[in-house]
Parts: sequence; C-alpha cells; structure tokens
Amino acid sequence: MNYLIIGNGAAGITAAETIRQHDPRGEITILSAEPSLMYSRPGLAYVISGEIPPQQVIARTREWYADLRLQLVHGRAQSLDVQNRLVMLVDGRVLPYHKLLIATGARAVPAPYPGGDLDGVVYLDTLEGTKELLKKARRGKRGVVIGGGITALEMVEGLAQHGVDTHYFLRRDRLWSQVFNEAESRLLAEKMHHHGVHIHTNTEATEILGNWRQKVRAARLKNGAEFKCDLFAVAIGVKPQLELVKNTPIQTDRAILVNEHMQSNIPDVYAAGDCAQVYDRWSGQHLLDVLWPSAIAEGRTAALNMVGQTAPYVKGIPFNACLLFGLHITIIGQISPDPKAQDDFAEIQHLSRGSSEVWYTFPRHYQSAWAKSGPHTLRLALGGGNGHGREGHGRTIVGALIMGEQTLADPLRALIEKQVDATPLLPYLQSNRETLAREIVRLSLSVMRNA
Amino acid sequence: MFKRQRKDQPPPDAPIHLGLVAADATRCIQCGLCGYNCPVGIPVRDYARQGLTVDDPTCITCGNCIQACPRGTLRWEIKRDA
Repeated sequence: MNYLIIGNGAAGITAAETIRQHDPRGEITILSAEPSLMYSRPGLAYVISGEIPPQQVIARTREWYADLRLQLVHGRAQSLDVQNRLVMLVDGRVLPYHKLLIATGARAVPAPYPGGDLDGVVYLDTLEGTKELLKKARRGKRGVVIGGGITALEMVEGLAQHGVDTHYFLRRDRLWSQVFNEAESRLLAEKMHHHGVHIHTNTEATEILGNWRQKVRAARLKNGAEFKCDLFAVAIGVKPQLELVKNTPIQTDRAILVNEHMQSNIPDVYAAGDCAQVYDRWSGQHLLDVLWPSAIAEGRTAALNMVGQTAPYVKGIPFNACLLFGLHITIIGQISPDPKAQDDFAEIQHLSRGSSEVWYTFPRHYQSAWAKSGPHTLRLALGGGNGHGREGHGRTIVGALIMGEQTLADPLRALIEKQVDATPLLPYLQSNRETLAREIVRLSLSVMRNA
Repeated sequence: MFKRQRKDQPPPDAPIHLGLVAADATRCIQCGLCGYNCPVGIPVRDYARQGLTVDDPTCITCGNCIQACPRGTLRWEIKRDA
C-alpha cells in the first residue's frame, strides 16, 4: 500500500504516525511545501514573543522520520489526477498513491485593502514568515495590529515584547469580541496597557501606505487621517488552502467536504485538519474547525480509516488554553451568547441549547477569597434541560471561560465533556467564588469516581 | 536576549523529589517551551505530546517545564509509594 500525505503539519504528521502503527509495511510519503521539518504552528506565538528561538518549534527530528520510515518530499503539489491516482508537483515530479490524505492546512487571510503587498506587512503564519517577522520586529519602531482574535492578540504581545511601540486597532470596542464579554475584555486590556500597548477602539484602517522603497510608512484610517507606522500586522483569520482540489471532482464548500470517516466524495481521497470540513452528527452540518487538537484528532481518524478500519470522528468539546500578557485563559465548550449571529462560531453550535441558555457572569468577583494574586474571572454557560444532557433532563454546563487562576479548568472540563447534570450547582451560582469553586470540584470528583 | 523573565520559577537547584512530571496530551501544542527550559536537556515535548509521564532518570524534578508551559499541559504527579 502506498500512502501519500500532502501536508507536514499536525494533521498530516499524526496521520503518518497512526498509519505506521497499524501498517508496518506500507509506504508513506509526506509532501511538504515548506523547507523545514514539522513544526508547531501555535508555537509561533512564543517565537515572536521571544520565549523560544525559531528552531525550537520544530517538533520532530530527521531521525524520527527515518525511524518511522516516512519519506519526506519537499515540494509543492500543483495538480491532482484522481482518475489515475497521481499528484503532480510544480517542479514536474509525479507522486503516485493508493490512498491520499489532503492536509494542506490554511493560510492567513491577506490584508483586505490596498497596500497589502508592501514590505512591512506581516502575518503570523509560517515558520519562515515568522523569522522574517522577527527580523522586522527587531528593527521596527511603531507597529499596527489588526484582527479581532487570538492571533492578533499574540501578535500584539510579540511586537510589544520586542520594544515596538504597538498600536492595536479594534473595529469596535471589545477585545476578542467573539469570546470575551465586557469585563473579561477590560481585564485583559488593563494587562495590555500595563505592557505599554495602545488600544484604539472604533478604529479601522482603509489603506496601507508605502514610501518610495515600497516599505510601510503609514496606515490610512477610516476618518482619513494617516497613522505613522513601519510595521502592519494582519491577523484577520485563516483560509483553507484549496488550490490543489480546484479543478478536480472533489467536493468543497468552505473547505474539502468529508464524511465522519474523513473521506471525500472520491474513493481513497481523505482530508483532515484546517482544510477539511467534517460532517458532524450532532448538528447534521459540515463544520470547519481550525484548532490544533482538532487537526490531530482528525488526522488520527483519517489514518485509521485509511488503513481499513471503520473509525468515525467524534468531535470533541471545543477547548482552548492560552497565555496572553501573563494571564492564563481557558475556554471550554460553548460560551458565545449568540452563536448564530457569528459565523465563526459555527464550529461549536452543536453545543448551543438555543433560547434556553442561561448566562451567569461574575464580573465583580475578580478578587475573591480563593484568588491568591492578580485578577481572575470565571464565567459559566448553562444549557437548559431539553434532553441533551446525558442525565436526561438535567441542566448542564455547556461552556466555561476561566481567566487567571486555573484551578477550576480541569474540573470544569470534565463536567462539560461528560455533560454532567449541573443541578447540584444551581444553588451556588450566585454565591461567592470560594463556595462555587468548592462545589464544582466536589461535583467533578464525584463524577470521576463514578466513571 | 528576549527571553521573558520568570520570577516565579523555582531555581533548578531546588529539587522536589516526591513527584514526576505528567502531561495532558490534549493540551499540548508541541511548541517546545518545556524542553527549552529544561536545565538538563530532556526532550519534554516528546513525553508531553504523547501524554506520557517524564520518567527520564536525569530529571531533577525542578518544575521548570511545568512553569514554562503556556497551556497548562504539565503537572506534578505525586508518586503513590513515596
């Protein structure tokens, strides 16, 4: 059996590893469009913040590839012939396959206005790009960051860490508005101010202006003013890389459509990771999920099906943990109050319990008794008892956002993942954090003991 | 030179002999901060990404990797027979 994996990232590498576990003799080829070995894309945030040198994010050694007998081919795929099972590379080489996994990932969406190709417009995207960004950040004096998500915040932190006078443009007034509420946004904003970051609310750029050497010199704002800067960082989302499947019969929507077994509509062609839109049993929709753990789980599922098993992909509860400006943040499950209004929240819609959702926030309890130092928030989202919970009619916690102190992160994750009836917690929701925390830990322990 | 200062981190000469470093693979993003901060050069990432306990005999249980992990992947696992 000849396996070909296009993509040397989290999904592709996990798939290769899994195939090798189940098929010791098959030939596995990995096609990588980038010159380096497999690296951690989320880890690039720590490269720009200077916490690790660039080579440190490379997560596999050459020996590892050799040990698993993975043939790593550097080159870019140009076209795909599903009839004859061939992949043609840009340099003219041709790779045959019996089973194909497309794990080409996604790339940063380019700046949406004129000037996006100027020297000084940067993205947190590939390892090579990040090295360039680092060089520029060391020379940069004043940087503008645009984008409303975590990548933008990581860029802001990275630039600020390098002593760049960093200005963060927000279209509205809240940080990471799809996730944070007012209080949480304010909390992080305080930390950012403390690190010397300037946050400009209700500010939008409309053009990036260059000098005679085609270098960024300023951003034009919506109100017509010019804002001087020599770096312009863009983090407005990612776009799946679908060029390869464009002129093939492989079905796509926002990404490659695959069933629960990661199979496309063409036999023996699979897709996983950021370039795959996976059928989800809960919602009956194909969902695009661009998170690192999802890419790993999808890669594993694809591999199991490629070696002949029948393994359905069960989408896990969305989970993200990050560290921004020294503040630990964990986001579990569904925490957006109105997911339908926000397209990018489609991936976690299956957790939404519609209008029965009740919100409890504790904005005034930052300095609670159990908080040892610094500010902390905890937000729980409760789902209504319409039969979705495993216990039948109980109320379940469908999401949580934990900022600062992380003692509750694991207990809450267990309660959310196992859809535990949260009725015992209801009397404590309005009590002080200490009591609530104790009850959450107690409930999660009892669940784990019964498991 | 840009390495962030970590004042809260215990010095590597303060061993905590009771425990081993354990990992939650689902949190690991394989960034390598753990191994980079290991004073004895254990490739902690290779353990963490597989959810394995760091049972390397050279581990001095300083806890630097636990402190360094930005995603809370690593934790102490207290030996039962200790």
